[in-house]
Amino acid sequence: MSTTYLGMPALPAPGDRAFPSFPQAAHAAVRDTTLRGNLRHATHTIRAKRAKAVAEVSDWAQLREAGRRIKDHTLRHLDRYLVQVEEAVTAAGGTVHWAANAAEANRIVADLVKATGEREVVKVKSMATQEIGLNEALQAEGIRAYETDLAELIVQLGKDRPSHILVPAIHRNRGEIRDIFRSEMSAWGRPAPEGLTDTPAELAEAARLHLREKFLRAKVGISGANFVVAETGTLVVVESEGNGRMCLTLPETLISVVGIEKIVPTWRDLEVFLQTLPRSSTAERMNPYTSMWTGTTDGDGPSTFHLVLLDNGRTDTLADQVGRQALRCIRCSACLNVCPVYERAGGHAYGSVYPGPIGAILSPQLRGTATDIDASLPYASSLCGACYEVCPVAIDIPEVLVHLRERVAEGGTATRGGNKVVLRPAKGHAAERAAMRAARWAFTHPGALAAGQRLASRTRRFHPRALPGPGRAWSAGRDLPAVPAEPFRDWWQRTRGGKDEAK
Amino acid sequence: MSSRERILGRVRRALADVPPDDTPYEEAVPRPYLRRHGDRDVAGTADLLAANLADYRAVVHRSDTAGLPGLIAHLLAQRGSASVLVPPGLDPAWLADTDTDITRVADRAESTPGELDRVDSVVTGCAVAIAETGTIVLDGSPDQGRRRITLIPDHHICVVRVPGQVVSSVPEALERLTPSRPLTWISGPSATSDIELDRVEGVHGPRTLEVVLAEDGDG
Ligand code: SF4
Repeated sequence: MSTTYLGMPALPAPGDRAFPSFPQAAHAAVRDTTLRGNLRHATHTIRAKRAKAVAEVSDWAQLREAGRRIKDHTLRHLDRYLVQVEEAVTAAGGTVHWAANAAEANRIVADLVKATGEREVVKVKSMATQEIGLNEALQAEGIRAYETDLAELIVQLGKDRPSHILVPAIHRNRGEIRDIFRSEMSAWGRPAPEGLTDTPAELAEAARLHLREKFLRAKVGISGANFVVAETGTLVVVESEGNGRMCLTLPETLISVVGIEKIVPTWRDLEVFLQTLPRSSTAERMNPYTSMWTGTTDGDGPSTFHLVLLDNGRTDTLADQVGRQALRCIRCSACLNVCPVYERAGGHAYGSVYPGPIGAILSPQLRGTATDIDASLPYASSLCGACYEVCPVAIDIPEVLVHLRERVAEGGTATRGGNKVVLRPAKGHAAERAAMRAARWAFTHPGALAAGQRLASRTRRFHPRALPGPGRAWSAGRDLPAVPAEPFRDWWQRTRGGKDEAK
Repeated sequence: MSSRERILGRVRRALADVPPDDTPYEEAVPRPYLRRHGDRDVAGTADLLAANLADYRAVVHRSDTAGLPGLIAHLLAQRGSASVLVPPGLDPAWLADTDTDITRVADRAESTPGELDRVDSVVTGCAVAIAETGTIVLDGSPDQGRRRITLIPDHHICVVRVPGQVVSSVPEALERLTPSRPLTWISGPSATSDIELDRVEGVHGPRTLEVVLAEDGDG
């Protein structure tokens, strides 16, 4: 069985046992006062803005519920919708490829790029391509991939790793960014302007100049997608800077790598997500640019379009009755911004391209819980429930965390690489110690815990024992494990961190 | 086994626990959310569009049809543009008053991105504008041209016909659009908040977006 790669260039590979467990990585982050200051400022700013943007729409609860149901329905019939996507994209002039894992996706993309004869590509920020480590794979084939999102550029030039879904360089302040631009831009292309200061406008201008020559000569673009509409074959990319439009329209060849969970059945479904996504992520009524394309259009944009449909652990996640709801995620990052643990630990501690609460439930499902980092992630939370409250598709992250804790502690069946496997309990193994340390870390940080408990009491009523309405289909025949109603500290002491819960 | 078969097989096995469900999609997802937020008359909707466009740093102008050629001429002159991209189906009257010294550049398939980069401005119409979000949507119709002509020049003047092209909300806009056309939704000039979440307007797309609300009354 191959391990699922979730993209971590600068540290030991995530499947590697050498990657520190969550509390070890988090300890380092907490000691870094610059990092903590940057993170606190950023998450608090965006949190307040989001609340305001959401309050503007009186039907938020209905939009959120519709979003949940659209995604659940799609997942419920995913085989059918995948085939429909394939038919629609093919009919519109695109070519569809299927990739069961990261290695296969990387090989498909590298072969497609090589077939064009090009040696460089421009990229729009995409979680899926980070997840599979595409840039590194292309580099190994002699192909240079240029990140064009400003934050991704900062990360790439700084030989760094992303630490936030929406603002990948959230851990860098303006002075650090100026230093990176000054010292690194020349190795990649147009150098930083003389006398560059650290004002954001000047830094953005430096990025504009640096990237423009790359956009204007690019022959191959690589993207992900926020949504794929099954009935029409339309792909949607939501962005702010215009680098997405550049990559999606100027090159002759466009390759989009998209997780199979990104599908929505109908054109009309976009009316829900184009309202909830911008308000949840950038806290805007609408993001500056959204591009939608269906196959190829004569004389406008790329003449060749490839869609790579990526599994890489998603079908394994789909097989888990409780955990599959994580596939509803639209990567808005609202859960990161409200998470007291993320705020203190920083994005890097989560050991994958998916940080914060969503990472804590997604990575251990996509990759399994065999390593210290993955076994400790379900414990990297105070179960306060703030993530669930803000989630625009109502993923009950605390519920999935409790479920995954149970599995780490007690063992049980899971699906890995399409096969059912029986996991041994962590008891007595290194994974158990890593998990216990993570739990202790999350609840001995008073700030994290206090904030957590305050919110917990408010969110209790949102945790039903069984899903109401058609959601029942998902939970037929079984009750959902209850999120403990008692304060986390008491619960922890009583159950020794969930270990005794199932007994 | 091909990866296609492998993935589809995994999906089917993963869903083995789920009871059969043949509910038609229209019934599976009830849509009790609003078609639009609030009730506004035509003038109120145009005012909201103007306010939201301005809130995201688009420069908004209002005009009647008769005043449009004069206003566009003024905006190009004020900008100091030496050249302007003209989509093939743009109403010729719109540029009738514009100084003939300003070079008209046609939207041609052969133009390279480098050539487009030397053009100062672009004037287009739009497909629809959304008041609640301050968004204009382009769909590549002849009065809007290829996507790249509204991307590379640094100055975009977009004419919205009021009230004919204005809708209140995102759901109303999607109803009017054709999915098979390449669509670009624009809400203010390009922006980034990637540096300490400080919003900076103008990164790769046009740094100046001017929207003209042209009231023609005939829809
Ligand atoms: S889990 Fe929910 S809140 Fe978190 S990124 Fe995904 S959609 Fe957003």
